[in-house]
Amino acid sequence: MTGVAPTRFSYAPAPEARSILNLRPSYGLFIDGEFVDPLDGGHFKTISPSSEEVLAEVSDAGLADTDRAVAAARGAYERVWGPMPGRERAKYLFRVARLIQERSRELAVLESLDNGKPIRESRDVDVPLAAAHFFYYAGWADKLAYAGFGPEPRPLGVAGQIIPWNFPLLMAAWKLAPALATGNTCVLKPAETTPLSALLLAEILQQAELPPGVVNIVTGAGATGAALVAHPGVDKVAFTGSTEVGKLIQRTLAGTGKRLTLELGGKAANIVFEDAPLSQAVEGIVNGIFFNQGHVCCAGSRLLVQEPVAEGVVEALKRRLETLRLGDPLDKNTDIGAINSPQQLDKIRELSDSGEAEGAQRWSPRCSLPARGYWFPPTLFTGVVPAQRIAREEIFGPVLSVLTFRTPEEAVEKANNTTYGLSAGVWTEKGSRILHMASRLRAGVVWANTFNRFDPSSPFGGYRESGFGREGGRHGLAPYLGSPLDA
Amino acid sequence: MLVQTSARASGRRPAQGAEPGLQQEVDLARVGVPVAERAGLAELAGSEMSLRRFLHGLPGVDQVGADARAAGLASRSIKAGAKLWAIDTAISMIDLTTLEGADTEGKVLSLCGKALHPDPADPSVPPVAAVCVYPDLVPVAKTALDGSRVKVASVATAFPSGRASLAVKLADVADAVNAGAEEVDMVIDRGAFLSGRYGRVLEEVRAVKEACGTGAQLKVILETGELATYDNVRRACWLAMLGGADFVKTSTGKVTPAATLPVALVMLEAVRDFADLCGCAVGVKVAGGIRAAKDAIRYLVLVNETAGDAWLEPSLFRIGASSLLNDLLMQRSKQRRGAYAAPQDFSVE
Repeated sequence: MTGVAPTRFSYAPAPEARSILNLRPSYGLFIDGEFVDPLDGGHFKTISPSSEEVLAEVSDAGLADTDRAVAAARGAYERVWGPMPGRERAKYLFRVARLIQERSRELAVLESLDNGKPIRESRDVDVPLAAAHFFYYAGWADKLAYAGFGPEPRPLGVAGQIIPWNFPLLMAAWKLAPALATGNTCVLKPAETTPLSALLLAEILQQAELPPGVVNIVTGAGATGAALVAHPGVDKVAFTGSTEVGKLIQRTLAGTGKRLTLELGGKAANIVFEDAPLSQAVEGIVNGIFFNQGHVCCAGSRLLVQEPVAEGVVEALKRRLETLRLGDPLDKNTDIGAINSPQQLDKIRELSDSGEAEGAQRWSPRCSLPARGYWFPPTLFTGVVPAQRIAREEIFGPVLSVLTFRTPEEAVEKANNTTYGLSAGVWTEKGSRILHMASRLRAGVVWANTFNRFDPSSPFGGYRESGFGREGGRHGLAPYLGSPLDA
Repeated sequence: MLVQTSARASGRRPAQGAEPGLQQEVDLARVGVPVAERAGLAELAGSEMSLRRFLHGLPGVDQVGADARAAGLASRSIKAGAKLWAIDTAISMIDLTTLEGADTEGKVLSLCGKALHPDPADPSVPPVAAVCVYPDLVPVAKTALDGSRVKVASVATAFPSGRASLAVKLADVADAVNAGAEEVDMVIDRGAFLSGRYGRVLEEVRAVKEACGTGAQLKVILETGELATYDNVRRACWLAMLGGADFVKTSTGKVTPAATLPVALVMLEAVRDFADLCGCAVGVKVAGGIRAAKDAIRYLVLVNETAGDAWLEPSLFRIGASSLLNDLLMQRSKQRRGAYAAPQDFSVE
């Protein structure tokens, strides 16, 4: 363990065993219930960002492969999944949820290897939440007539779903579970750098005997995603990723009649009032920005702290950061894992350097980084002003910008002064102030006295450049349902 | 630093040597300084009003957040050498305790024997920190432990309820101290605390501290199970520290719930913040219901990552327990020999 200053009580390495994993050397595309070789695409390698070790070879889906996948989804929609009663669909989803739980250690180890996130997080957050989403939407499948979307809500058809690399399995669950519960069939494209957990999920879908074609998984890079989005056989596109790509997709879909939901970037304000429970606020700040190395679209990357307590909070925060343990993602005591890719590491470095160049003060705990792999230390910027890039642009890494405010009005103004609007946090012991702030913050999710808390029953989504549409909860059904009048 | 006083706000920095944020630099030599000198905090205790204002001005504790943090730290995985170190450290922090109406000279003697040589077959096992008994049995323990570094601790002040006049409580303390107790575990008046009479609680702690004199350390039992909220635990901690406590202690062991990880977390934060403010380190003792080595190790992780390395000493962290010791011994032999010993391989007192 390299991340923490030595004390007498130095924790010995406690790695989770890799032996539970049964990785194949190479993976095909998951189309019509089977793994098949790509027709016109090639292969690419996926590596572990913490060691740069090659984990497996994965297929690069080309145009013909996308065609096949969409055709399989269309066939399954028309013949099997669309006509199937909701209570029957629910049985499959419950089965998938249980199998995710049964194979949770395997999924957690694979997720930490392929993504670089600490096993503590994949084991305690990603995998249990993925199962919870399947359980939750399984419950809705036979109750859609009572969900508030009319007496006979209908599925849309084939959903093309593109997911990011920060929570590979969890995002697959967020996309698949509501689409399947509502009777749609899916073509899912996992991110280029983290395809493996979706492919393991494909094995689970086989194990659950999900009818062939209901879920198809095409791996590949941006071109594969673009082909899927533009495919005329796709009725609905759901995308989670960067604002830049989101805009591109919206342009492509304009005038096509395809339905679209986008869950994009963010630059969330985490607002700490002077009457906050400060010890827990410090924990919440750490969880807000250093959870998953800050690779979280709703990360609390802008700390807004009220001036009377600003000095104390920053001091306490620095002390807390000294205890963060950075290193091997498979070590059960690791708090901070690896940065997912060299491209992302470059972006984090570039933006952090701009912060320094523009006059903010940079601080990181004493922390040595492993020699191999992609790493960035937890970093704090103080003296940040709203006009700096690190206060405006999404860094998507373990970098926190600290700003201060004097009054609640100023906090609201600064928090809303962003092109994004995905999430926000409010820390105060005063209940009325929480409600006051929540009604004025332009963010899809407002957390009070907590941060980065997720639940399948709670809708999640953004304002403005953070996208539109909601995932989770009853609201999460809407993007996959149309009324009989649409048909 | 999360707590500010008027002294700090007005620019009079009370802590000379202590750079904020580095708990290692706490001046351990200042342990036990009288309250009046503790960081110029005396003026806080000047009136019931100022005391109340200070205690209610402490940052609140969010229960959900505190529980989550404690649960997060409880999931640390302590293996191999770290586990062995933690087991030996935990043994050396135990206040081996018997507080029963049925206690006898014989029971106390056998406990003292265990305290000195927890595992007679293995002399590398360290002795425990102290033996904790009722005041009337202090002379017995004193004789048995004479010449060793195991201390004699005694509960006092009408333990466990604390429902007696101050005069009776002080007599109880004097009794224990005169018999040779080196540590006194008092209980606070929870009735006074819960009815908002903080001044009365403070006065009692001060009076008991004075009765302890220079010879005995004072541990102040908050009985957190009766205080119910974490806000109350934090306030009671500060009251005890202002009154001159050398240790703040969770419980008598006679009330459920006794020690819990989140309560210990709140207390460790309080002693850390107090040290930041005035440069003197107050210890923490967890007691009641800690029976498994695994639980003891979780408390050590909490200490390590909250108050810091400096508190990983018997002089600043204690575990009040009885059956815990044998589980620690069993895990110790498992770590060293690779196989579990039988329960009958360890003495039962």
